[in-house]
Amino acid sequence: MTEEAPSDLSEQRRRIARQFIEVIPHARALGMRFDMLSDEGAEISLPWREDLVGDPRSGVIHGGVISALMDTCCGAAVMAHPTGARSTATIDLRIDYMRPAVPGQAIRAKASCYHITRSVAFVRAVAMDDDDSRPVASATGAFTVER
Amino acid sequence: MADRNEPLSAIKSRRNNALNALVGSVPYIRWLGISFDRRGDELTAVLPFDEKLIGNPMLPAIHGGVTAAFLEVAAIVELTWTQIWEDMEQGRIAPDAAVPESLPRLPKTIDFTVDYLRSGLPRDAYARARVVRSGRRYASVHVEGWQDHRQKLFAQATGHFLMPQGG
Repeated sequence: MTEEAPSDLSEQRRRIARQFIEVIPHARALGMRFDMLSDEGAEISLPWREDLVGDPRSGVIHGGVISALMDTCCGAAVMAHPTGARSTATIDLRIDYMRPAVPGQAIRAKASCYHITRSVAFVRAVAMDDDDSRPVASATGAFTVER
Repeated sequence: MADRNEPLSAIKSRRNNALNALVGSVPYIRWLGISFDRRGDELTAVLPFDEKLIGNPMLPAIHGGVTAAFLEVAAIVELTWTQIWEDMEQGRIAPDAAVPESLPRLPKTIDFTVDYLRSGLPRDAYARARVVRSGRRYASVHVEGWQDHRQKLFAQATGHFLMPQGG
């Protein structure tokens, strides 16, 4: 009988979570890119694109795009959590829009799962453009945990 | 008071042109494929199903972010539509997609909370927004989203918005 080292387990989990995200048609359609996935959470970025603009006067990306990015990133954080969820779905998600993202700059979301029970994961996320010191948006959500 | 004898075709084209200009000017609304059904001043947002909207290919189900975006679009359009209705009816404004300056300024989302009630099925979705309170600076809007059954919501949302300031 062989025993897998914990590092292999987490590596395997990261691979599964990464694949889970990469097969999401909507994440692909928006052009999301995986930057980081670990036990601590997930980072996903989304380059600026003309067809995702929500305010034609300013060229600022639509809030809905940020929602999709935050939702995906939070879901990835749930999947990456060491307790090992098989699948997850959003129960509730709140987004606070602090300032408009600068047109032309990519948006980067960072999510972490700060508490998890047998069936619910509590997740926080922030979104940034090129200015790391001033977040564009923050999110808090509750997600299902399928085991 | 509006002219009671105004030709019906003129009324319809004024309202439809304004709505089309408002919706058609936002690239992201076009990218998602959202359109609006109008009955008088009542709007229903329609999101036709498309492969690119899928968030869970195993079920399959619509992406939670798509649901949030759809409800937020419905809220912003309803809020703007309510805001411009009187000026539009009185002929003070005539939004035209070809004239950017004629388009109404859009409210800015302060926060948006989505309550996911059941998973979004791979078929068309509908949403109707209600402006619960609209002041000079802030507005609160509630949105309901459904698919096959109007009474079985798949999601609902509440959002707060900063109203565009004149000038």
